[in-house]
Amino acid sequence: MSITPLLLKHIFKKRATILYPFKEREKVHLPEGFRGELKFFREKCIGCGLCFRACPSETIEMSVDEKGKRPIFYLDRCTRCQQCEEVCPTKAIELTQNFETVYFDRKSTIIK
Amino acid sequence: MSIKIPIGPQHPALKEPENFTFTLDGEYVVKVEARIGYMHKGIEKLMESKNYIQNIPLVERICGICNVAHTICYAQNVEYLYEKPIPRRAEFIRVIIEELNRIHSHLLWIGIAAHLVGFDSFFMYTWRDREVVMDLIELLTGNRVSTALMTIGGVRRDIDDSKAYKLRKGLDILEERTKYYKKIAEDEKSLLVRLRDIGRLTPAEAIKHSAVGPTIRASNIKVDVRADDPYAAHDEVPFNVITYDTCDVFGRLMVRIDETLESINMVRYCLDHMPSGPIRIRLPNAPPPGESVSRVEAPRGEDIHYVKSNGTDKPYRYKVRAPTLGNLSALIEMLTSKGDYLVHVADIPVVLGGIDPCMCCMDRSVKFIDPVKGKEWSLTWEQLKLYAKRKWEKEGIKAKCP
Repeated sequence: MSITPLLLKHIFKKRATILYPFKEREKVHLPEGFRGELKFFREKCIGCGLCFRACPSETIEMSVDEKGKRPIFYLDRCTRCQQCEEVCPTKAIELTQNFETVYFDRKSTIIK
Repeated sequence: MSIKIPIGPQHPALKEPENFTFTLDGEYVVKVEARIGYMHKGIEKLMESKNYIQNIPLVERICGICNVAHTICYAQNVEYLYEKPIPRRAEFIRVIIEELNRIHSHLLWIGIAAHLVGFDSFFMYTWRDREVVMDLIELLTGNRVSTALMTIGGVRRDIDDSKAYKLRKGLDILEERTKYYKKIAEDEKSLLVRLRDIGRLTPAEAIKHSAVGPTIRASNIKVDVRADDPYAAHDEVPFNVITYDTCDVFGRLMVRIDETLESINMVRYCLDHMPSGPIRIRLPNAPPPGESVSRVEAPRGEDIHYVKSNGTDKPYRYKVRAPTLGNLSALIEMLTSKGDYLVHVADIPVVLGGIDPCMCCMDRSVKFIDPVKGKEWSLTWEQLKLYAKRKWEKEGIKAKCP
């Protein structure tokens, strides 16, 4: 019968679930250091290629354009380990708090 | 008359793909054959094609539940190559995360053990309270399971005062709940009847089959890497090596509950005595040539990593021995009836679950199968040496084989 006090305690508790995704979207709990979707600031990039060397999942590929070497990100392969953000000398890469990374087509996962 | 029944690779009693062939005499198991190799992931070979920094998230994926143990083992293994000490604060943070990981793994196992013996309310209790420690890990690292906190030369995130305060509050809840579980496990008759004298492993057998972790500690043998060969800050953090002399699944349950309580105290000690200072040092990309071995006490037992470096930024050879491989031959001993010790078919799931199997972590065996001729074979050490010698000679390198 030791289950009874616990049962009574939980009857009057708030529900643990939220009505995601249609209501209460803002109630989603994220910790402060959450690693979300990657964001790239192209104007800050100096093309050193350190992020390319730190990426474990081949998310980053280096390409050459008029400014020199610049990375291309294939976000469908990203594991969000944050190693690219850590090594970037100019803070051109940032992991945002966005966790909703669903796309309708694969091309839109590519960031240049 | 004896009959053979195969269990696995897909079976409700097994969570992971392994195949066991049980030879039964009536209701009793008289012989067990294990076949591993269904989940050969090729991680070791993949690691040779990536550099040391890229390998950290890969090592983390050897095992989902004990990912911290594997990453600590990898990071300190590479640090041994540089022969440079890392900051003391980083070592304390490593111990904190490792022990939180152990609490989470043990609570998970206690729930699974309760579920396997049909005590589902206990299972739901432990898994509900496991959420507390998952939230604490999320608070410190940013993720619930894959922590990605370790790096070569230290750790990636610091613990500030507000996080330490929340950590202490969470630990108080966990301690209270774990003491309650201990009371349940000691008093609940149905649990005692189901777990007592099931999966017997005597101390002599445990040593003979080189069991590791809570399995050998439940056979009353004090083996713990944290005490025998201290790494990180374990040389300073005090703790008791928990042993039980019941030599059965009940002992393994009690060892894990007591270790959870010990881990809570260790995290508290670390928070109180953590020195201030930097949390990581920068090391060059390529370690000097050499080889090293590192050992870590994962929640399931001793975890061994070996690395060989040839001076480039990629490992020349990397070898992982996950704890379940050490327990596998002891498991076969536990599942075989001998003398007055009888293993019923109904005991198989709980004995299998008793070692906390993590088959996918340890699967690195390869068996050659010819489906046309129906032949199966594996290479011996001598054949492998000959094969390697021929391969090197073809490339014009004179091989030295011991």
